[in-house]
Amino acid sequence: MKDPTLDFLYLIAIVLFVVGLKGLSHPESARRGNLLAAAGMILGIIITLFYPFGNTPNNYAWIASGAVVGGVIGYLAAIKVKMTKMPEMVSIFNGFGGACTMLIAITEFKTLPPGTEFMSGQVLTIIFSLFIGSVAFSGSFVAYGKLDGFLRDSIKLPVPQLFNGILLLGIIVLSGYIMSMDELNYTYVLILLLLSILYGITFVLPIGGGDMPVVISLLNSFTGLGAAGAGLIYGNQVMIVGGILVGASGTFLTVLMCEAMNRSLINVIIGGLGATTLSSDSDREKVYREATHGDTAILLKYSQKVMIVPGYGLAVAQAQHACQDLESMLEKEGVQVFYGIHPVAGRMPGHMNVLLAEADVPYEKLLEMDDSNSELPTTDVVLVIGANDVVNPAAKEDEGSPIYGMPIIDVEMAKNVIIMKRSMRTGYAGIDNPLFYGEKSKMLFGDAKDSLNKLKAEITNA
Amino acid sequence: MDAILNFISENIVMIYILVLAIFLGMEVISKVPTVLHTPLMSGANAVSGVVIIGAIWLIRNAEPDNYFVLVIGFFGIAMATINVIGGFAVTNRMLEMFKKKKKN
Repeated sequence: MKDPTLDFLYLIAIVLFVVGLKGLSHPESARRGNLLAAAGMILGIIITLFYPFGNTPNNYAWIASGAVVGGVIGYLAAIKVKMTKMPEMVSIFNGFGGACTMLIAITEFKTLPPGTEFMSGQVLTIIFSLFIGSVAFSGSFVAYGKLDGFLRDSIKLPVPQLFNGILLLGIIVLSGYIMSMDELNYTYVLILLLLSILYGITFVLPIGGGDMPVVISLLNSFTGLGAAGAGLIYGNQVMIVGGILVGASGTFLTVLMCEAMNRSLINVIIGGLGATTLSSDSDREKVYREATHGDTAILLKYSQKVMIVPGYGLAVAQAQHACQDLESMLEKEGVQVFYGIHPVAGRMPGHMNVLLAEADVPYEKLLEMDDSNSELPTTDVVLVIGANDVVNPAAKEDEGSPIYGMPIIDVEMAKNVIIMKRSMRTGYAGIDNPLFYGEKSKMLFGDAKDSLNKLKAEITNA
Repeated sequence: MDAILNFISENIVMIYILVLAIFLGMEVISKVPTVLHTPLMSGANAVSGVVIIGAIWLIRNAEPDNYFVLVIGFFGIAMATINVIGGFAVTNRMLEMFKKKKKN
């Protein structure tokens, strides 16, 4: 049964998605864009709730209870989550979206009317949704585990590419077999489900933890494709367009993220970084010098220009507020303070901007990488707080380094470099950093928040 | 093979929409500043929760005694709702922080 008015309203929901996503890609309109997309979603849901399918049982009580349970959990999670845990949150949300696609596909198999021709586009679409939804589901949770740290990069498959290749081939063959059956044997569908879930796990597992944001973005586009597949099953335009929009823009965003790291998507998926070899030889001597809080405080206080280069360590230590305090103290002493933000600082591109915004750091003080690099020759002190790979000179000097070619904030152009770090351990990419042994560098060990508070005290006393 | 060709001809409009939407999706987010990568990913993630429409469709058409479909549909709706509500709420929270600062 068709209802022209409601079908037209569906179109409005689609337009809201498009305008919303468009808005989200520009700073001034981002918030409005998000709200417009949300409005489109609400509209789409309401239409579907009341669309006259004919004489259907509706089962509204089941729908309402599911929506209440999910709504409460989702809302509480969204308002409680710490900003530093944002990548983890997005990956969990995405996993649930994928799981829903997976469940729909399983059910669709079960409810196919008897005598359905299996060699059909309909069944192919269901299989596609089942596969892609399952991969998005299990992959997202593995990505979450890696970000959270309970799944270590050291958990490795012996030959991941070969294993995944065979697994994928197995899934294709099994799908073909299911489609060639005369009568549905549900056991094969369940095997397909398990293999697809397994594939999601083994697809993400070999990829290094540092690349998880890229993986999440990719899995997000998978969820979109899955939703579009489900839309094709039901002939629902909102699901098709919404899903494909996410699929296409998600893939595009994934590529942009890879570009920010000067890597290719293939390189990320094959797991180029991971926990591969510790750095190749560097011609610098591996002797580092340690700074004290007192020295550093005086150095900062009597500088003209200071640049803070924050990394994920700052976020982990929840030190963004202490950092902002230090900045305003220095400003009162007449020191010019900037933040040099690398595009992939933090755990996701743009993550550091969100964290510093939360600590009320003015927007003008955040310099992008290129602007940072042009300020550096006139900068007296660079304070590297919990960042490592984004300031690693190996990226431009050492051709053997896995991060060779990645653009960095070249802090060695400044007069002094103070590196605040917990220990000499390597960064997320698992490679040594010759910066630590440089002539201009001094290490200031300790938890970022503690160290910043000590610096504040020393500056007051100095 | 015939069945697949039939499927294509029956759904040709849907397939047109699908292909055009791919181009639309890529156009719509070109030139995003890095600052917005995280919120955009999170917002797009919320939109992918549109699969909830499928779950609603599924439950509405299920027989009231078909508990297999109802229970799976229930979980489907719950999970998709987490994706949708959580996704939009968390994106809004992130973007609010940028807005707050502009006043200063």
